[in-house]
Order: sequence, then C-alpha cells, then structure tokens
Amino acid sequence: MVQAVLSHSLSRALLRTLAIGMLAFAIFGPITNMLLWAVAEVWYFPHKLLLEYGFVFWERVFRPEGNATEALFSSVWIAVLTVVVSLAIAIPAGYALARGKMPFRYLVMLLFLLPQAFPAVAVHMNVARTFYGLDLNGSVAGVVLVHASQGLVFAVWIATAAFAAVDGELEAAARNMGAGRWRTFVDVTLPLALPGIMASAIFVFLISMDEFTGTYFVGAPEVVTLPMLLFTSSMEGNYQIASISSLILLVPSVGFMLVIERFLKADVLANVGN
Amino acid sequence: MVGVGIEIEKLCVGYNKAKVLHEIDLEINPSEFVALLGASGCGKTTLLKSLSGFIKPMSGAIKVAGRDVAQLPPEQRNMAMVFQSYALWPHMTVRQNVGYGLKLRGVGKGQIKAKVDEMLALLGLSDFAERKVPNLSGGQRQRVALGRALAVDSPILLLDEPLSNLDARIRLLMRHEIRFLQQRMGLTAVHVTHDREEAMVMADRIVILNEGHVAQVGTPLEVYEQPKSNFVATFMGAENEIAVHVSRANGSVELIEQGAVKAASLPVSHEIGDGGVNWRATSAGQVLGRFHSSAAHLVADGAVPAGHLAFAGTVTQLSYPGGVFRYEIECSGQHYMIDDACRYAVGDAVTICVPAGGLHLYSDAA
Repeated sequence: MVQAVLSHSLSRALLRTLAIGMLAFAIFGPITNMLLWAVAEVWYFPHKLLLEYGFVFWERVFRPEGNATEALFSSVWIAVLTVVVSLAIAIPAGYALARGKMPFRYLVMLLFLLPQAFPAVAVHMNVARTFYGLDLNGSVAGVVLVHASQGLVFAVWIATAAFAAVDGELEAAARNMGAGRWRTFVDVTLPLALPGIMASAIFVFLISMDEFTGTYFVGAPEVVTLPMLLFTSSMEGNYQIASISSLILLVPSVGFMLVIERFLKADVLANVGN
Repeated sequence: MVGVGIEIEKLCVGYNKAKVLHEIDLEINPSEFVALLGASGCGKTTLLKSLSGFIKPMSGAIKVAGRDVAQLPPEQRNMAMVFQSYALWPHMTVRQNVGYGLKLRGVGKGQIKAKVDEMLALLGLSDFAERKVPNLSGGQRQRVALGRALAVDSPILLLDEPLSNLDARIRLLMRHEIRFLQQRMGLTAVHVTHDREEAMVMADRIVILNEGHVAQVGTPLEVYEQPKSNFVATFMGAENEIAVHVSRANGSVELIEQGAVKAASLPVSHEIGDGGVNWRATSAGQVLGRFHSSAAHLVADGAVPAGHLAFAGTVTQLSYPGGVFRYEIECSGQHYMIDDACRYAVGDAVTICVPAGGLHLYSDAA
C-alpha cells in the first residue's frame, strides 16, 4: 500500500518534471539555438558546438552601410507610421463605439476583424493587385496601410475598451464645470483612457515590426523590413544574420510584456470586445 | 455670489418617447434650498438632469433669472453640480479638481491658488491639497466634490443624492455642513434625495414627486402635517391605514361606529397646529385614514379621550428603537405600528387612540 502510494507520487513527480522540461525546451530551445547562431563565426555539421565564436557578424549587421541597419530603420519607421495611422482611426472610432451611440455597433467592430478572417496570403495577394493599380506597390505608404489594416482590429478594440472604462459621469462633471465637448475629451476622457491607448499603440507597433506576408506582397523588393531580411538571409543559409535580426525583433516583444503589465488595468482588459 | 431664481414651466421630459416628467411647474426662489423628494423612478433625478442640461426636455421652459436655458448645453448653464458618485477626476490632485472650473474660466494662476486654498480651508481639506483622489476617504471625496462645485461661484448648486454613499454618522454631519454653506453663500440649491428626513432637515421647501408629477410642494412642516394626498401621507411616513365611515357636520367630522372603530366627533383643521383633522376627502362616507406611528398612543382600559379616533386591538410584537416602545397591534386582520412610552406585553388588549390633529383623511388611495 505504502509502496503503491510512493511509486504513484514518484511517477507523478517524474511526469511533472518531464512536462516542465519539455515546455522549457520548447521555449528556450529555439532561443538558445538563436543565441548560439548569433555569436557563431564557424559552425557546421556534424559538430554539436560552435567551432569559432565572436561578434564579427554583429559588426556586419550594424555597419552603417549594411542592409540590416537599413532594414531595422525602415522597420521602425514603418511601425511608427502604422501606429500613427492606427491611432488616428482607433481613437475616434473607439470613443464612438464606447459611448454606444453608433448604429450597428457590433457590425462596425466586426468590420475591423475582417482582414483577419480570411487567409492572409489570399487577402494580401489581392491587396497587392489593387495597390499595383494605385501605384502603392513598393512604397512605404502601401506597406503602412497593409500593416494598419492588421493592427486596427486590436487598436480599435482595445481603445474601445479603454474609453468604455472611463466613467461617463466624470465627463459630465467636466461639462458641468463649463468645459465644452472637445475640452472635456482632452482634459478628462483622453488622459483617463491613455494607458489603454498606449497599450494598443504598442500592440500595433509589435504587429508591424513582426509582419511578413503583407510586406512581402506589397513592399518587396523596394521596401525591406527586418522580417524580410531575416527571411532572405535564412533562405541563403546565412543563419548568423537571421539570428541577430531575430534577437533585435525580440527586444520590443519583451519590452511590450513589461509595459502592458504596467499600463493595462484589469478593468480595461475586461472590456475588450464588449 | 447670491443665488438666482429658477422658474420651471410646463416641463416635459422623456427618453425615447416614454415621458418621465409630465408638465412640471415649479418656482424656486433666489437663495432657497429646495429638496426633490421621491421614490426611485419618480423622475427626481431626471428633473435635476434637465436643470443641469444633461437631458434636453421635450417641451417647456427652464428660466434662470428670467432667461430660458432649457435648450442650452450643460457647459453654458453655470450651475454647479455635486454628483452622487462625486465624479472626481482620478488623474488630478485635490487642488486640480477644485481649481478646474476656475481654470476653464480663464482665471489667473495666483487667483486660482488663493481661491482653492480658501475652499480647502473652508472644508477642512488644507492638508490634502496635493493628494490624488483615489487616496481619499468617502467623506473627504464628498468635501472635494462640494469644494469643486462651490469654487466656481455659480449662483445655483445642484445636489444629486450627494450623501447617499456616506457612513450614517458622516451623513448627518454633512447635512448641516451643506446647509450651512448654502445659507452662508446665499446659493439657490436643488437637492435630490429619497431620504425623507434628509429633505426635512435640509430644505426650505420640499417638492414631492410621484411618477413624473409634482405631488405636493411645501415647507417640511406643511408636507408632514398636511399631506395633500394619500401618496404624500404615505411617503412622509404615515404608514398606518384605516378605513372609516364618516359624515360631515359644520366644522367637524363625525366618525360612525363601524367594526372596531368607535364613534367620535373630530374638529377639522383650518391651519397647521390647530389640532384638527387634515380633511382631504372629497365627500363623506367611506374614507381612508392615515396616521404616523408616533402620532397615536395606546390605552389599556378603553377610556378613550374625546376627539380621538379609537379602535381596539391586540399587541402582537414589540421592539425598542430608543425613547419609546414600538408596538405592532393587530386589529381585525390589519397591522398597525404604534409608538408608546408605556410598557405592554405581547397579547395585551389595547385601544389605539389617534388624536384629530394626527389624522389624515382621503377619498381614494391616489
């Protein structure tokens, strides 16, 4: 009896250790591989460990004339523009949706979801075809629009939730004190919704930084972003450049986790999609 | 600033065609404290929101110092409001909250600081000026909300159940504090409440609303002693109800013996305090009587004094709320609450005596 219990708990502990080990490997395995490749100078089959290591490829990536630096800048520039475009739509749309005076509220909210509802490749192929006619192919503007169309659903939903979390009576109090609609929005509504808006901005920034399919269809070959560079370098077997680009892409993601944890309050999160 | 008068004329207000207020006529004098009293859903908050401009009326006029403001947006009405939730801005300090209205009016920084300091000192909040709102207690928030409303020197103060979220003890203190400030500044105040005692203690006049109509307007004494209708009497706490059969003779009401009710002759009141019956029935015959539990008393031996409505019953319950005993008396299937200083036991046979001055008579239950 005692033995049975003991062996049972032992096998459970073993199982748990195994599960945690596999999970850790699933998370850290690729990252470790990436980290190793980022500092590898010579490494080929069948050697299990690096043959020579150093930062030669980093120097190559960050060289002013290197295309990685250029790709990083164009990625950041496109991401910033995407955030601006998304917020320009998400702030008024979110406010209108949150205050609930719009007809077909849910239909409008679903509309922003549409680009996500169809296979990305099919959507982007058609977008590329349309943009070609509008002379937007290969332009930063075209890429920004594609990125924004993907970021908007999150931007609008999170902004709506952020505005909905602002108590209408706080606005009424400002009106009562003598503030007009616009002044009330600027002095009361926007500052109170700002943490949520910030979170949605970061979200859109990340989506844009990470976006590949749309950029490939609409932007290539003129516009080269970091994910595009990653793709071409890994296709060429240039794993060092690919790994270093991936590491750079990882930075904003980690930053996002930290920021979202600070800014996004439970009452805003609870309102997402409402 | 000294208060200004408000005239409400034939005001109709509704949401989506459902009328909430029906042709309200009401005149509020300069520097008067008026309480809007009623059960939830009676339209008292809607009336306040129409005054403050958050609801556009369907028809009618709201005249402030002679000028119709019914169609103006809230920011152009210059009426300072204290909200039930206080509605203080959590991203601002106490000082910024109180000074916001002045900032909007383009007052200079130095002047704002002086005025806010004066307000905070008046409300005992000087130590909290730089605190953010979430770090304040309920009573302190209430004071900040009051300070914000008073800082802009608006002639009209609107109070939307401002005390309902406070502890009982602080609530009693704030009643007197708000009343004191209103009188000192000479403001016209409109106070919404469902608390009868609060309205009685604070207001110069009480407006009792029932389903979107004004049921009665009067001083606390008038609405308590001479309620016009059965509804007002009930709302003012005359919960005890008895059907009586009466006939009228010059200047008095004759109670006809019927069931447990004994025959008696009661004088009819002509003015408050003369000890007569508040006769509001349209005709003699079967009428509805109402009285407060504190207006009646009990006698054990059936020796009923003259000029009283008297009927016999049995004590079924007693409690001691303080000062007097509160008895539940059963009488032919109905229950009455009576306050009496003498001690009776459950099961005792007693006679309820209601003096003429404590009795209200109505024709119908409306």
